[in-house]
Formats: sequence, C-alpha cells, structure tokens
Amino acid sequence: MRIIPAATITETIARLCQQANYFLPFDVEDALIEASQKEGSPRAREILTQISGNANVARERSIALCQDTGIAEIFVNLGQEVHIDGEILQDAVNKGVARGYAMGYLRTSIVADPLDRVNTNDNTPAQLTLVIVPGDRIEITVLPKGGGTENASALRMFPPSAGWPGIVEFVLETVREKGINACPPLVVGVGIGGSFSAVGKLAKLALLRPVGSVPAAGAYAARERELLDAINALGIGPMGLGGRTTALAVHIEHAPCHIACLPVAIAMNCHSMRRMTETI
Amino acid sequence: MARSLAIAELIQQIPSLRAGDDLLLNGTLFTARDAAHKRLAQLIADKQPLPLQLANTAIYYCGPAPARPGDAVGPCGPTTSARMDPYTPLLLSQGVRITIGKGKRSAAITDACRTYQALYCVATGGVAALLSRKVTRSEIVAFADLGPEAIWRFEVADFPVTVALDSQGNNVFELSTNR
Ligand code: SF4
Repeated sequence: MRIIPAATITETIARLCQQANYFLPFDVEDALIEASQKEGSPRAREILTQISGNANVARERSIALCQDTGIAEIFVNLGQEVHIDGEILQDAVNKGVARGYAMGYLRTSIVADPLDRVNTNDNTPAQLTLVIVPGDRIEITVLPKGGGTENASALRMFPPSAGWPGIVEFVLETVREKGINACPPLVVGVGIGGSFSAVGKLAKLALLRPVGSVPAAGAYAARERELLDAINALGIGPMGLGGRTTALAVHIEHAPCHIACLPVAIAMNCHSMRRMTETI
Repeated sequence: MARSLAIAELIQQIPSLRAGDDLLLNGTLFTARDAAHKRLAQLIADKQPLPLQLANTAIYYCGPAPARPGDAVGPCGPTTSARMDPYTPLLLSQGVRITIGKGKRSAAITDACRTYQALYCVATGGVAALLSRKVTRSEIVAFADLGPEAIWRFEVADFPVTVALDSQGNNVFELSTNR
C-alpha cells in the first residue's frame, strides 16, 4: 500500500487547472496546422492562423486560451493500492480546482443552483469521474469544458434497428444544428452503448484521446474516418464562416449495452481542446 | 482587407456595410451576457434608470476572465450570441446599434437589424488571449455583483470582427453555406 496525502492531490489539480487553460496540447496544434494546409478558403485559413497565434500568446503570457475556462472535468484513475491520507478525494479535488482557478486568473463559471443561478465564485464543484485501476499510482486529467460546447452536445436513446446509419445521421444533424456555437473546428466525442447514464461519460472519455490517434478496435477507426469526412463535407468551416475544416477529429468510445437499447451521446468540443494529465 | 474604423464612424456607415465585411474596431464596447441582459430587460420593463446609456452603443457578448496584474484586461473572447436573442430587439429599440458575439442567431434578429438599422458582428471564438491584446483599458461599469457577468467598458484598438447580419437583411452564415 502507498500513502498519498490528500494535499498532494489538491496541489496537482491546482497546477493542472492552470496548465490545461494556458497550453493548447501539441496534438491539437499539429492538427490545426495540418488543417490549415488543406484549407481552400482564405477566411478559414485566417481564422486557423488566429487560433494558432492565440495559443502562442496564451503560452507565453500564462493566460487562459479562452475566457470560458470551463466547468472543471476531472478524471481520476486511482490505483487500488493507494491510501489517500487526509480529506476525502472529492474535497481534495474541489480544493484543488478552487485554488487553481484563483491562482491562475481563470474565470469562475459555476452557479450553485441551476435555477437561482448565483455564482459559487470558485468554479466548484468540479465534475469528478473516478475509476479504480490496478497499481499504486493516481493518474489525474483536467479537461476544462466550455459552456458553448456543452450546449452543443446531445444524447439520444435509439432502437437497435437504427444502427450505424442512425448514428451517422444523428451526429451530422447535431453538428449542422449546433456545431457553429461550439467554435469550430470541432473535436467530436461520440459515445455508443453503455446506458443512459454511462453513454455521456463515454463520449467525454473519447475527448481524452489525442487528436490523430487511432482507436484500439479496428472497425471503429473506419467509422471515425467516415464521420470526420462527412462532417467536413458540410462546409460549415471555422467559426461557421465556410470552409472544409469543420472538425479536427471524431473519436468514438463504445461499451456493451442492453439488448433493447442503442444509447448514443455526442460530447462536442471546440478547437480549444484543453486537457492536461499528471501521474502521482 | 479589413478596414479600421472608429465606432462612431461605423455607426454612421451602417447602411452601407454588408455581411462578410471585415472590420477593425476602435473605441468603446460594453460587455453584457446572460445575467446582465436579464437585469437590463427588467430595469427597462420597470421603467427604472439604467446604469449606462444605451443610445449609439456597441454591446459585446463577453464575460472576461480575470486580468493578471499589469494587463489591461483578462482573456476576453465572444460568447454565443443566440442566448441573448430574446433580449436583443428590446435593446436595439433602446438605441444599441451594434452587437458582437459568435454564432448564428434567430430570424427575429435579422429582422430587428433591419428595423433598427443595426449590425450584428462576429469575433473569432476561443482566441481570447489574442483578443485581450486589442483592449487597451477596461473597467466595470455595472452589476459588479454578477462577477464574470458584470458589465465592463472596454476601450479597443483594431479589434477584429466580421459583419454577420447587416441592416439590409443579409446573413454571412447563409452566404458561407451557399458556397
Ligand atoms: S466553445 Fe470553446 S473556444 Fe468557444 S467560447 Fe466556449 S470554451 Fe471558448
């Protein structure tokens, strides 16, 4: 058994919240450059250049890439041989988020009650996803998720007969109707299977995969490519002003599900595909 | 090529500006997003005095992040304009001439821009660090208790936008998807 102080988790999360908001991951930067080379529309290329320039300014000045520094999505893979000493994990996580957002000049975007809508002023509570894994380490990922991208996301319970064609239609319809408001070029996370409650999480986990990576299950690699090509044929383009670069990537995560169900979720993300991971 | 204009000049040129024109704005923008719009609408409905003059103003849909010490403003990109649609015709009727945000808006806003001879412009979303370098001064002018949703006054220099809805009913998003 390995003892890890809760304070170490808090410090790590505080640091990750800041880094995730200042540094655009290299895989995303590379995908933007590649997209720019393939892009025919001058306006689209100009927007892609602004996005790359923005990443440079944010990195050099340690300021947020986007003013919407998001709801803090925290993914913790907790080794089952770890004993956390001190506070419970949820409290250590929330303290880390509060500290990181205050120290990092990050916007607080959470309201305590969805109808009264008073800001909690420290960006807590975070959204914690906890998975117990073998070993004695803790892997923590912070994904700041913007409100515009959340509002463009969708979940639908299909009958199994809908199959893959139903899913393609759903993804295209969602990108067509809501994609513009999620700051394209998009990264589209798709969850298929699981259950009503699990499929949204699957879609979000799909966003953690590096842009340009290939899924483990071969059949899904072809499906991802099919969806990406279909989305980029829509002509929406960066910020909806036309062009071929509507999405940088489509990632699919799938899971077993009930014989009567075909749950599908779309976790939309913007070009500001922020995520940062550290292992304790 | 983007044209550099003072906000006052821009307002005078509204009838001749067209969807798709690239502009660099100079002068004053007032920020307002969801909560500030709700409050302004309530004050107007109650016939109460407003905390700012709306006549001939440009409203920027933005809730900036906090500024680092020494910076004029924090990261400050546009937020989704469509969420403000229910309030926009009212604000245009009170004299607001330009709104700036990101994304498509409802047909009612196309009509309102024609009726009130107003413009809707878009700025690039998610380039908030870059846009913060175009703001030379900022201060909170109202609703400080709303935190990031307060109304700020921004002084901007060559702040880049594209006209999305013009005063003649043209829509840049229709032009670009027809391509
Ligand atoms: S969609 Fe992304 S880039 Fe656009 S405003 Fe929201 S967080 Fe920022």
